[in-house]
Parts: sequence; C-alpha cells; structure tokens
Amino acid sequence: MTQKEISLEEQFQARIDRGESIEPKDWMPEKYRKTHIRQISQHAHSEVVGMLPEGNWITRTPNLRRKVGLLAKVQDEAGHGLYLYSAAETLGISRDEMFEQLHTGKAKYSSIFNYPTLSWADIGTIGWLVDGAAIINQVMLTRTSFGPYARAMVRICKEESFHQRQGYEIMIGLSHGTPEQKEMAQDALNRFWWPSLMMFGPKDDESPNTEMSVKWKIKRKTNDELRQQFIDITIPQAEYLGLTVPDPDLKWNEERGHYDFGAIDWDEFWQVVKGNGPCNKERLAARNKAWDEGAWVRDAALAHAEKKASKNVSKVA
Amino acid sequence: MMSKNNEWPIWEVFIRSKNGLEHRHVGSLHAAGEEMALENARDVYTRRQEGVSIWVVESKHIHATNPSEAGELFEPAADKVYRHPTFYDLPEELKHI
Ligand SMILES: [Fe+2]
Ligand SMILES: [Fe+2]
Repeated sequence: MTQKEISLEEQFQARIDRGESIEPKDWMPEKYRKTHIRQISQHAHSEVVGMLPEGNWITRTPNLRRKVGLLAKVQDEAGHGLYLYSAAETLGISRDEMFEQLHTGKAKYSSIFNYPTLSWADIGTIGWLVDGAAIINQVMLTRTSFGPYARAMVRICKEESFHQRQGYEIMIGLSHGTPEQKEMAQDALNRFWWPSLMMFGPKDDESPNTEMSVKWKIKRKTNDELRQQFIDITIPQAEYLGLTVPDPDLKWNEERGHYDFGAIDWDEFWQVVKGNGPCNKERLAARNKAWDEGAWVRDAALAHAEKKASKNVSKVA
Repeated sequence: MMSKNNEWPIWEVFIRSKNGLEHRHVGSLHAAGEEMALENARDVYTRRQEGVSIWVVESKHIHATNPSEAGELFEPAADKVYRHPTFYDLPEELKHI
C-alpha cells in the first residue's frame, strides 16, 4: 500500500468516525465499495425473491380485504428491490450484472425465502416475523454510513410497518378463530420461528464480517444484539396470540433483562445458504423463467423507444 | 444472457411532493424511454400519494461537481460573513429591519 493510499484510508476512516455520510463519488477503499455492492445487491435480491413465497397465496386469500393487503405488500417488496438495486448501481455495478449473479446462483439472498408457504397462516407469520425481523435490521441500517443505502432504508422502513401489521392481523384472526385455525397458526409459527431467528446471521463470534461492519458503521449493532432485540419484542406478541414459540429453553431472565433462548441449528442454516434448503431450486427456477420469458418485452420496449427517439430527431432536423 | 448494452437506460426521478413545493430528487430507475420512465416513477415512488408531479431525466444528462473539489468550490463562502444580516451592527431599539 502506498503512502498516499494510507492517508486516504485514514481520512476516510476519520469521516466515518465523525458520522459523515459517504456518497458514491467520494473516495472509498475498494473493500468498502465491494462490501457494499455485495450487501446492497443481496438485500435487493432478498426483496425480489421474497415476493415468490407470498405471491403463492395472492390468488387464494380468504377474502378481498386480505387480497388487497397482500397484493399491496408484495408490490412494495418489488419497490424495495428497485430502490436497493438503484443504490447498488451508484457504486458501478450494472443491473444486468446483478441479475446475472442472482440467476446463476452466485449471489445470495435471505435464506428465509427458501422455505415453502404451505398454508394461509404462513402468510400471516411471514408478515409478523419475517417483516418484523427485517424491520429491526433495516431500522438500524437507516443510519448506515453509505448515503444511498441509508436513504433507501428510510423509504423502506416507512413502508414496512404496514407489512408487519397486515401479517399480525391475519394471525389474530386465526389464533382467535376456530381450533383448526388456531392450530394452523401454531403450525406456521413452529415452522418459521427458528428460520426467522437465523435471519440475523451467524453468531457474532462466528461472523467474520462483524468487526469490519462496525468499524465502517455499516452495521451499528451485531447479529446477536439484533436477534435478542427481536426475541424480546416478539415473545409478548406471541403470548397475545395465545401461541407458543417452539423453544423449550425459552425463559425470561430477570438478571439480564432479556429472554434466554435455546440453541439455533446452524447446520440447517448453512445447508440452506449453500443451496440445499427446501425451495432454493424452485426460487431460482422461478426467477430465471421470469427473466427469460420477459426478454422479448425488454427488447421490444427498447426498440420502440429508439425508433421513437430517431423519429423525433429527424423531425427536429 | 443479454449484454450490458441492452439494458434500459437509467433515469433520475424528481418529485414535487405537494403543490407549492419544489421537485426533489428521490432516486432512479430503468426505463426504455421517457414515457415509460414517468410511468415507472409513478409506480415505484408514489404508491402512497408521495407526489403531485414527476420529472424524469436520463442520468447521462446530469453533470456533477467532483467531491475532491468541494473545498475550493464551497469553502470560500465560509469567511464571507458580511453576506449575512447579523454581520451589520444596528441599535436594538430599531424595529422592522
Ligand atoms: Fe421489504
Ligand atoms: Fe416487507
């Protein structure tokens, strides 16, 4: 590393330490740029792939109120993906490169979306737990150091709270409904509880990026802190529903002022990350199909726009 | 796989949030042409009545100052306190000035 680079790095770190935002054209270490391209594009992919398990139920909602709510939520997730792709593009990666990384399986997205949505209660549970976990992570990221990412997060957070509320409302309906409905809600909670806790990522001492994330103020809280925050918030909500989280070790710890909880099955987590979850193949196949079948639309729209533009030019001339 | 040149161009989106206010930059998106850019901007950035008017401009038409020149461009204004009303000493009993 040359002398000049060292001082640029020091200046950069000083800006971060002062709490300044880093903007796309500012000097930044290559590692900062690469880390952000990876993190923001993977966040975008999660929003986009996240539409698939919920989209599965749009045609089968129990009534119109549920349908408009779910449809609007899924539309929002598409929007979230677009905000985030735009933020990543400011760092010099193209949209098509990001899509290619997703479609070839090179890029990761949140593992939670590799679980199937088997019953209507899963849609309630996803809104409640998965959006709930996402909110905790995203609220923290509104203060992340990279400006375009932070601004995308502000916009996203404004929209997320309705997502969680529509999910919880579904859960209230089911858990206060017939015994069969309540059983369905409990079953969904049983299946989604542990994967939701895994959404916060590996434990701090097994998470290689934690130190760098904190130093560059990408994350202001660690995975374990966020996970604990989520559990503490969520347990009273489960109690209100009269549902039980599937963890025999879960217990309020007066001394710590937090819930203690049981061991997470990290083998399962890594299996899903590596592509062996229940729906990894299905999700990638659905994305590739949509991309391939949309090719003619993209090409035709571009050809039409170019033709129109050239007509305008000849008119002016 | 399509090449990068086949990508729809990027547009910057500016939105007037309500009557009487200026348009503000809100983000960007891809679209084949200007009509589609306006339609996409409506769908992506105004799902909850965030705007009453939209401008779009292809990103390649935006020219920006270079962050490394921010000092020489903007710092000279810092010591020109005489451009502010508080620089001028007037008696306190004076009203409406
Ligand atoms: Fe989202
Ligand atoms: Fe959401």
